[in-house]
Amino acid sequence: MTDSHGPDDPQDPHGPEGPDEPDRPGDRNDPAGPADVPRGAHESGSYEDGSAYGNGSAYGGGYDGSGPYDGSAPYDGPHDGGARREVGGSTRPVPPGRPLPRVPLPRGAAEDRPLGPAPVPPVTPVPSYDHSTLKSLLGAWALAACSPEETTAVEAHLTDCALCADEALRLRDAVELLRPEDPLDLDPLLRARVLENCLGRRPARVPVPEWAGPYDAETARLDALLRDLGSGDWNASVRLEWHDGSCDVTVAEVIGHLTAVDGLIAAALGMSEPLGTGAQDPIDPAERTKAYWHRFGDRSPAEVHDTWREQGHALLRTVSFAGRAAGGLDVPYGPARLPLRDALVDRAMECWIHAGDIAEAVAYPYGPPAPRHLHRMIDLAARTLPGVLAGRRRAGLAVSPTRLVAAGAPGRSLHLEVEGAGGGDWYIPLDSPAAVGTAAGSVAHVALDGVEFCQLTAGHRSPQDLAAGQEGDRAVISDVLAAAAGMSRM
Amino acid sequence: MQQRLARGEEAALGELYDRFATLVHGLAHRVMGDEEAAGLITREVFGYIWENPDAYDPKDGNMRSWIATLTQRQAVGKLRSCEAERVASGGERISEQFEERVREANTAARADFIRDSMPASIRAALDLAYLQRRDYRQAAHELGLTEVEARRRMRLGLQMLSTAIQHEHPGGTR
Repeated sequence: MTDSHGPDDPQDPHGPEGPDEPDRPGDRNDPAGPADVPRGAHESGSYEDGSAYGNGSAYGGGYDGSGPYDGSAPYDGPHDGGARREVGGSTRPVPPGRPLPRVPLPRGAAEDRPLGPAPVPPVTPVPSYDHSTLKSLLGAWALAACSPEETTAVEAHLTDCALCADEALRLRDAVELLRPEDPLDLDPLLRARVLENCLGRRPARVPVPEWAGPYDAETARLDALLRDLGSGDWNASVRLEWHDGSCDVTVAEVIGHLTAVDGLIAAALGMSEPLGTGAQDPIDPAERTKAYWHRFGDRSPAEVHDTWREQGHALLRTVSFAGRAAGGLDVPYGPARLPLRDALVDRAMECWIHAGDIAEAVAYPYGPPAPRHLHRMIDLAARTLPGVLAGRRRAGLAVSPTRLVAAGAPGRSLHLEVEGAGGGDWYIPLDSPAAVGTAAGSVAHVALDGVEFCQLTAGHRSPQDLAAGQEGDRAVISDVLAAAAGMSRM
Repeated sequence: MQQRLARGEEAALGELYDRFATLVHGLAHRVMGDEEAAGLITREVFGYIWENPDAYDPKDGNMRSWIATLTQRQAVGKLRSCEAERVASGGERISEQFEERVREANTAARADFIRDSMPASIRAALDLAYLQRRDYRQAAHELGLTEVEARRRMRLGLQMLSTAIQHEHPGGTR
């Protein structure tokens, strides 16, 4: 690829890219070779020889896309002023008598842009700029990023400079091509459909265990959200809430929190994890989080994001190779130990809840997990409830009386009816975590939406604010809901 | 990644999707102009890669551009077969508009590619002006550049993008 203009351009002592751009823009298709670009870009030769733009046009001289075309054809127009000394050896003069293109106004940034470049009527005489300045403004003009005076001056110039008018047209058309794809347009359900189709065509030899499915899906959803955040969004203030506390942190700190606690499982599986596997690393999730913030507080959002994502990918890979049977493996998780399959479902739920916190902070829509994943999260919470309830009884926090029931025997229960996709019926044993909850022993009935229930267990709803149908023993209901709310921690 | 796909690691398939779904779906959407069709193309492309993990040869370039090419071919092929079906079932032949659409789609695909592969410093200047609606002085300030440099980057970025537009081939049979 030739570079016929850039280095000679006196406007730019650094060459075409400037000192801070090691990638030459013209290299964009080089590393990959001919198959690199969607068909056409190479074959057309439009990058390479400029001929696609026709002889005699501003690009006829071999602009190769690798440097700012300096438009340095000999030009005798009124604004030339002899200021341009650049000798673009290969540029050509505009043929005499070439009709000037008509150049409409710049279209502005997006079609929906409410404020255009404010087409200011030239009430004052057009300020005088020399040709090279006006030329250098063309990009900003096409993007509607000039001052009103400059806009006026550029547009006046375009009526009598064929070279600039030609380029202005092309740049303005290029602005149309800037419209981005909105990653959030990607239907989150598409991932599951695409992967399912793939696995139907060729079954996985190393499948992701079913119990790791929620973690896979939820980390992918959060990843998509993070990739769509602007750099300013990373400093947005996010409120974290749990049953007996809350704090305001940045998006990066939320991700650090997820990374630190995911790291507990990574460490248990013998993987290297961000905090290192040193014995001094705390086991308590809140302590770990603080340690992570303390140690890595100066990391850039991109690093924080990548570290979290890579650990998540590595976790999934490791549990896939460990196989389905590894689900029963006990891992230390906060104050307790949990089977791996439950710990990963809990991580998936925390990922969803905190993704929701982030989404709220930056005003993005964020839906609930897929129903089958939501079901697993609800089921885990329902199975955890009896133990939490027993703990509250021991601590004197429960109000309902209890009865002695032998382990494995049916006792009284609360019927938890979770409505909506992913819901179901659970019978929470009330007398002992070891008792069996049955429909026959039900003394109270709570009906609520699955997302509401998860928000309750995540400390995002208080039992008083819950939209839940309640029937039966009031004291029992109050104890169970309080236990559900008390499950959350930082 | 390719080895992991060949080994049949489902986790690798998920990573592949996370890395390239936006690209594939975006290109497909540009060509097909409709969400459902774009979803089907996305399914096809990932299905093909997963089923044929050896189809990609690193000698052909990086994986991203290989996938982009694959998507573009798949989508334009689908568009053509839909059009042929429509004409076969008695629809009026409107080849001019149709070719125009294919050409626009190809232009958009090239623009996607150029946008994704232009130097981050140029892209940042364009994004500030286009997405964040900054004028070039504000952009210069935010990026810590001189005003001249901010203008230069905006112009250069647009020049790079404009190479996606093919003026010579109105038939656009690619």
